[in-house]
Amino acid sequence: MKIAVTSTGKTIESVIDPRFGRAPFIVIVDDDCNLIEAIDNSKNVNAFRGAGIQAAKTIADRKVDLLLTGRCGPNAFTTLQAAGIKVGAEQSGTVREAVERVKRNEVPLADKPNAEAHW
Amino acid sequence: MKEVTVISGKGGTGKTSITASFAFLAKNVVLADCDVDAADLHILAQPQVIHEEDFFGGTKAVIDHDKCSNCGTCLENCRYDAISASFVVDHSACEGCALCHYICPESAIRMEETLNGKWFISNTRFGPMVHANLIPGEENSGKLVALVRNQAKLIAEEQNMDIVIVDGAPGVGCPVISSITGVDYVVIVTEPTMSGLHDMKRVAELVKGFNIPSSLIINKWDIHPGMSNEIEKFANSENVALAGKIPYDKTFTESMVRRKTVVEEASSPAADAIVQVWKKLNQSVWQ
Amino acid sequence: MIVAVASGKGGTGKTTVATSLVSVLGDRAQILDCDVEEPNCHILLKPTILTTDTVNLPVPSVDLEKCSLCGKCGEVCQFSAIVPIGKTVIAFPELCHGCGACSMLCPEEAIHEVPRNLGVVETGMAGPVEFVQGRIRIGEAMSPPLIRAVKTHIRGDKLAILDAPPGASCPVITTVKGSDFVIMVTEPTPFGLNDLGIAVEAIKGLGIPMGIVINRSDIGDSSVKDFCDNRDLPLLMEIPHHRKIAEGYAQGKPLIESMPEYSDKFRKLIDDVSMIFGKPSKGSSL
Repeated sequence: MKIAVTSTGKTIESVIDPRFGRAPFIVIVDDDCNLIEAIDNSKNVNAFRGAGIQAAKTIADRKVDLLLTGRCGPNAFTTLQAAGIKVGAEQSGTVREAVERVKRNEVPLADKPNAEAHW
Repeated sequence: MKEVTVISGKGGTGKTSITASFAFLAKNVVLADCDVDAADLHILAQPQVIHEEDFFGGTKAVIDHDKCSNCGTCLENCRYDAISASFVVDHSACEGCALCHYICPESAIRMEETLNGKWFISNTRFGPMVHANLIPGEENSGKLVALVRNQAKLIAEEQNMDIVIVDGAPGVGCPVISSITGVDYVVIVTEPTMSGLHDMKRVAELVKGFNIPSSLIINKWDIHPGMSNEIEKFANSENVALAGKIPYDKTFTESMVRRKTVVEEASSPAADAIVQVWKKLNQSVWQ
Repeated sequence: MIVAVASGKGGTGKTTVATSLVSVLGDRAQILDCDVEEPNCHILLKPTILTTDTVNLPVPSVDLEKCSLCGKCGEVCQFSAIVPIGKTVIAFPELCHGCGACSMLCPEEAIHEVPRNLGVVETGMAGPVEFVQGRIRIGEAMSPPLIRAVKTHIRGDKLAILDAPPGASCPVITTVKGSDFVIMVTEPTPFGLNDLGIAVEAIKGLGIPMGIVINRSDIGDSSVKDFCDNRDLPLLMEIPHHRKIAEGYAQGKPLIESMPEYSDKFRKLIDDVSMIFGKPSKGSSL
């Protein structure tokens, strides 16, 4: 399974950025929390609208199965659902801590967006 | 940390002067001037710029006349009438949609990033401030608003500030929507005139649509107490809390002319009222 | 002749000036309220509305049976309004700018356009004055197409007065473009001066002649007058602060009703504008 985590930095010890579309990095890891890739999301950070949609497309292109983030708006959520990517929202701490919570089955899957559409 | 946006619907109700007064009264505050079309907060805040960056808001079409065969495909299909009969792109009409770029049979049209303005991080006597200037006549003010808000929030998070106060734009359109989506609280400043009531109703409806808690300030309430009552009644019926009323007071404008907020100067009816309003608001925001 | 009334800063008296102008012109004028976010002319003029038309923006709708998932639409859309993802294509109508690129460039002709409601254009009569206004739907961000729809009602045979939105960005430019003259209404304060400067810069780029009206001319300082002198901008009129005007405005009363002596001043304003524009005005007191 591939897991994408929105992050303030490029490593698995980086702290999670709660924003999906506008997080500076999206870290992609496998089940065992081995780093696969750290995507530089900076061009999205200052996007006007559609930042979440573009971020969703970015991780869908990399065949991610699960996204761990803080907040996920309605447009991003719709896009993620269409791509079959599951969402674990309200995550905090480091990338590693969040992935370990997944392993322990402590991350509920979101069935709806938990943020307003962001401009 | 809380993000609070001050808006008004109608212009000229005293929104910016009141925002700056709140900034003076609040502790641990980051200011964000999101009225980027006609930014005035800097006049009162007197910012010392410590960081400055260009803002590239979007793209515009540029026609390469060496390649152009004058076939007219772009002109026929552009929905914004942005291409002249001599195949020059009207910068102020171009939407940046890139349709012409994709359909030009000669590949003679490229999209160029446009400089729409500048944004700044500054120090003020109130605290850090993020502000921006849109180049006059340029578009994408909504995008610039989003950028200013983001930067202000980042500073607030880094420096452990309690509150971000955002000076929003007038109206109910693009820059206003951009300055209130996702904030924790909205303050609406209005005045007791028919236009003030009318515009406040529209902006209150907008805020309601976003499900953001809000409260109302009636500035210059005593220039028409009857209309002021009517506004209060409307606010009641719409579950918008009344944060308070500020009397008409010449000091308000006189302080602005001196580039000060009215609460920084000697006690006056307007200043005293604003202090009370802020106390009440501050409680509601943290509730 | 088309005269736009603009302001930079909001709340300086732009609507007061625009409505006073049409009031003294009567049936020789039409007013078009282009401040579609917060249209206020109707409050002062109390028109009878005779027609209401919805203004739409064409946005994409995808026929997935025809779609081959080629991804072209997502590639050409600059606004993230249409996104091919997984085994589907999602449209986000509220992000769409209505350019038509996706439907025009779809190789399978799988995209057709459906309307998104932007707001309404209303027309009617305010006494002898022809009245037109746009009203944006609350929650809608895109005002320029609606402003353009309002402006299609400009008639060549009358003096058209356009009430512009405040500010200096796209809605203002969309409004004043094509006008023969812009009257800038401001107040003599640091805020008024700052926003006037920005608006003058924005309109200078369009090459339209401008003149200044200073409202509440006895509050604040002399900086706006100095600005007019330095920039060679004609100072067309000064309206001192007057309690009667403010109270009348609060109740939705037009300025020339509160202060009838202003009728002649507004007639002169039209004559002065016509003179600068270089044409005898159809609307002047003759």
